[in-house]
Amino acid sequence: MQVYADNAATTKISAHALQAMMPCFEIYYGNPSSLHTVGQEAKEVLEQARETVAKCLGCQPREIYFTSGGSEADNQAIRSAAFYGARKGKKHIISTAFEHHAVLHTLNALEKEGFEVTLLDVKEGHNITAQQVKDAIREDTCLVTCMYANNEIGSVLPIAQIGAVCKEAGVPFHTDAVQAVGHLQIDVKEQNIDMLSLSGHKFHGPKGVGALYVRRGIPLVNVIEGGAQERGKRGGTENLPAIVGMAAALEDACANMDANNAKVIALRDKLIAGISQIPHCDLNGDRANRLPGNVSFCFEGIEGESLLLLLDAQGISASSGSACTSGSLDPSHVLLAIGRVHDVAHGSLRLSLCHENTEEEIDHILTVVPQVVELLRNMSPVWRDLQTGKREYIL
Amino acid sequence: MALYSEVVMDHFTHPRNVGCIENADGIGEVGNAKCGDIMKIYLKIEGDIIADVKFETFGCGSAIASSSMATEMIKGKPISEALKLTNDAVAEALHGLPAHKLHCSVLAEEAIKSALKDYYDKNGIEYDHSQFPDCAHCAHCHE
Repeated sequence: MQVYADNAATTKISAHALQAMMPCFEIYYGNPSSLHTVGQEAKEVLEQARETVAKCLGCQPREIYFTSGGSEADNQAIRSAAFYGARKGKKHIISTAFEHHAVLHTLNALEKEGFEVTLLDVKEGHNITAQQVKDAIREDTCLVTCMYANNEIGSVLPIAQIGAVCKEAGVPFHTDAVQAVGHLQIDVKEQNIDMLSLSGHKFHGPKGVGALYVRRGIPLVNVIEGGAQERGKRGGTENLPAIVGMAAALEDACANMDANNAKVIALRDKLIAGISQIPHCDLNGDRANRLPGNVSFCFEGIEGESLLLLLDAQGISASSGSACTSGSLDPSHVLLAIGRVHDVAHGSLRLSLCHENTEEEIDHILTVVPQVVELLRNMSPVWRDLQTGKREYIL
Repeated sequence: MALYSEVVMDHFTHPRNVGCIENADGIGEVGNAKCGDIMKIYLKIEGDIIADVKFETFGCGSAIASSSMATEMIKGKPISEALKLTNDAVAEALHGLPAHKLHCSVLAEEAIKSALKDYYDKNGIEYDHSQFPDCAHCAHCHE
């Protein structure tokens, strides 16, 4: 049995999205910037897609800027707030310790340019509170950027409350919502979100496309200089097939969200309950405020890459935050940020589900994971030391 | 293109010589859990022959495969030959390892040397200290 359980990494494109893309190759192949009819027809398709995306987020079409993906959107949002903040002498940015590297590495670059960054601690409940944001805001804070939901451990942050805190303090608020868009109800106006990044391939759209929502009145700097596309804020001929595919996928995801989530949450909870039966393992992430499809565990005494390979051999595609899967010596910064020690962080497993997963697939995972964990523990000197009392259990 | 060669996958999914030896004549353990690799080798020595060898490994697929292959390469061999086992030979026997996984074969070589050193020390046998690398100075686990 083949089970794809790595939907937080990427999703399979939906039939509807793929179908929606095809006319953009064959009929609407014009350049939306061209004045002729072929170009203007393409322009119309582009603007329809923008309307669709805007409707799903609760904003105006003119507040949507298409990008090459979530990373570009994150870079542009953060760079923009930093640039205009610095003009007013404000060079302090607040974020969290478990952001995606698209955010963290942009912040690292800004630190080298003289900005000061406060990363909020995420050990308590594997999440942050709006109060932490409130306490960290200073006179010179020019941006709060907090992810909507964490990609590795599934914690969903209190975005509306953070938005309210930022609005009250008059600080722009950006959220990297790559894992949340299409999976959680979002209304950028109600939640006081000033900027939001999203990526098409996380909700069954195509890869290489994303968008940045920017509240009207918030100025942007360009990451890609070029022509007048995207109101002059993102040069380059629009990737129309991908944009249209993303819009179609998002429309479906939003229309079917309740039904999809009811199904996915039931599968997720069954998987969490089943894996929790394995001795000396622990769930990563916020139990209550959690992405519908995220299951993340740390297992004591084993290493994540070997776990992934053995699961793969049994047809299960999953992911891990172990060092060996990243090619570095350190395990995932997210697992370290929530307080997992290295020994345990190396033994992590993430299974991320979507509405296409089935009960039978969950049963297969629940048969295979305990066997593989036991197999690896039986050849692990760490496990022997734990069992003979030479080493103390952490989990 | 798979991550690992077929030989690596074979030794990883069907590891040879897994386990421990009660009252082993030499035990070597290298690496640490913080880095994500620990390799432990148990030796049974008869005369100057490695009569039996077992391993336990906490680590990635290539670490487990390297341990399995290395134990196969020294089982039944004279100590003098086991001392000559290099990480390159282990990696070669595995039909190669990805560059960032070569340290796994280094760990296998060191674990065997460490177990042989333990055997010499336990039995008061004189030996040339220079042939045993000091694991504390291995570049792999520097923090």
